[in-house]
Amino acid sequence: MDVLVNLLSAAFYEGLAYGLVAIGVYLTFRVLAFPDLTVDGSYPLGGAVAAILIVNGVNPWLATVAALGAGLCAGLATSLLNTKLRITALLAGILMMAALYPINLMVMGGQANIGLLREITVFDQVSQFLGIDDKVTLSIIFMVILAIIILLILNWFLRTEIGLALRATGENEQMVRGLGGNTDMTTILGVSISNGLVALAGALLAQRGGGADVGMGIGMIVMGLASVIIGEAIFRPRGVTAILLAVVGGTFIYRLFIGVALRFHLVSASNLKLITAVLVIIALAIPYIQKKLRHEWVPPAARM
Amino acid sequence: MSGNNSLLQLRSVSKVFARATVDMVMALDNINLDVHAEDFITIIGSNGAGKTSLLNVIAGVYPPERGGKIIINGSDITNLSEHRHAQYIGRVYQDPHIGTAAKMSIEENLSLALMRGQSRGLGIATNKQRREQFRLGLIPLGLGLEDRLTTPVGTLSGGQRQALALVMATLSKPSLLLLDEHIATLDPNTARIVLELSEAIVKQEKMTTMMVTHNMELALRYGNRLIMMHKGRIIVDLDHKQRKNLTVQNLVTAFERASGELFADDSILLSTANPNARPPDKQ
Repeated sequence: MDVLVNLLSAAFYEGLAYGLVAIGVYLTFRVLAFPDLTVDGSYPLGGAVAAILIVNGVNPWLATVAALGAGLCAGLATSLLNTKLRITALLAGILMMAALYPINLMVMGGQANIGLLREITVFDQVSQFLGIDDKVTLSIIFMVILAIIILLILNWFLRTEIGLALRATGENEQMVRGLGGNTDMTTILGVSISNGLVALAGALLAQRGGGADVGMGIGMIVMGLASVIIGEAIFRPRGVTAILLAVVGGTFIYRLFIGVALRFHLVSASNLKLITAVLVIIALAIPYIQKKLRHEWVPPAARM
Repeated sequence: MSGNNSLLQLRSVSKVFARATVDMVMALDNINLDVHAEDFITIIGSNGAGKTSLLNVIAGVYPPERGGKIIINGSDITNLSEHRHAQYIGRVYQDPHIGTAAKMSIEENLSLALMRGQSRGLGIATNKQRREQFRLGLIPLGLGLEDRLTTPVGTLSGGQRQALALVMATLSKPSLLLLDEHIATLDPNTARIVLELSEAIVKQEKMTTMMVTHNMELALRYGNRLIMMHKGRIIVDLDHKQRKNLTVQNLVTAFERASGELFADDSILLSTANPNARPPDKQ
């Protein structure tokens, strides 16, 4: 019973924290149709910025906000490569991901990791403030509050005039420009916000997990995609609010799945990303194979 | 024909594609054109004549070659990007998929269109007041779309989508409306409905309009001025009086005289359904 509770509660707060990554991935891949690989670099960037600031005595809240800002800048750089220099989205993200690795090392003063176990983190401060000692309960409460705030903001933002233009950009860029919308601006905004959220998740999970590591972002994209796909497949959401909740729900299910698999030694930690990649491949392939078998598949060029 | 009261002025507008290669095309060749307020110009020409290139340059999809000028309402917009052109210009494309966003609802599409020429802010995009405005804008279509505001546009038929695209292009009353073969992909009945709708909106809003069509009869029946293009140039420009008693056959003759070539475009002749039209000749 204890095992189950532990698994569920871990999946819950991890689901919420990684849910920020999934929402970031959702914003780029699905809303903007901008397959952004910067995520693998902006996640450790968030962790690195928060960690280096905290060990140097900066207030952990300030450090966390700075991490979010650093993520925004990484997204800004990627989207500028795409919109101003017309480098394809995929390549722009790969370039930034490659560039961020040494940048993250530099941010961390040349070390591959920074421990935060003896530092005061945002979790410690909330723990003091609320008088809760239990780490898991605390993490859950903290992440629930944060997730609610961020989901409310995004839920509002995506319904605003700018948010609407952003959503339409991913679907029909030509139309948005024809209606006077600046698609460069909406792309820059969307990719920046996405990477800001990812870096925020990096900062929080570094503080929760005891430190930042330069390799902590590897496979983050695939994990985020897996969460988005699971959320879409299980909840079949319609409308902005439902989609945001489904993505977070998908992350929770994914983390639970991973937690169970690791706990009962169904997979080893080192194989986790391989399993996730296979899961994503299967999930992406199923709709095509189903259609192909039913003779319903039509090549994209022939679709009307 | 020239003057300061022109709504749109094109001066020495040229466009070259694939410069310095064997595929080089002079899509637009030194076009000078004055569009007056409340003109309804129909534009005809064979494939590759430069009709769509002309609309693309006006809409700012790409700039003209250096030295060309595009002036609308007295302001030079030659070097502004497409979304800045759009504050003056509404456009309906040949493909209904380009003019509308399939996964978004009818009201969301209309909200996007409503913000043409205004800065998009952090206000909620669809509110009660706007819904009422959209409803009133959709009723004249007679398609019942006003009761389906939250329906995703992807579930509408091609004709319904094109009618919606037309409302979206004209909703915020741009100075100039560009219709780019906007009925070409519709079935004859739907095409007629959308075309009549277009004319009704243009008349009601007194909207200055440029309509590209492949159909000579339509080009003669609609609008008050007719332009014929050939190899990137305007070779015929007829005002209301000049084209009043014109037939498709007259147009073909006018084309041959102006271009110095025999008329040889099957697609135009076939779409006129004119028994007097001569069979396509090759030079």
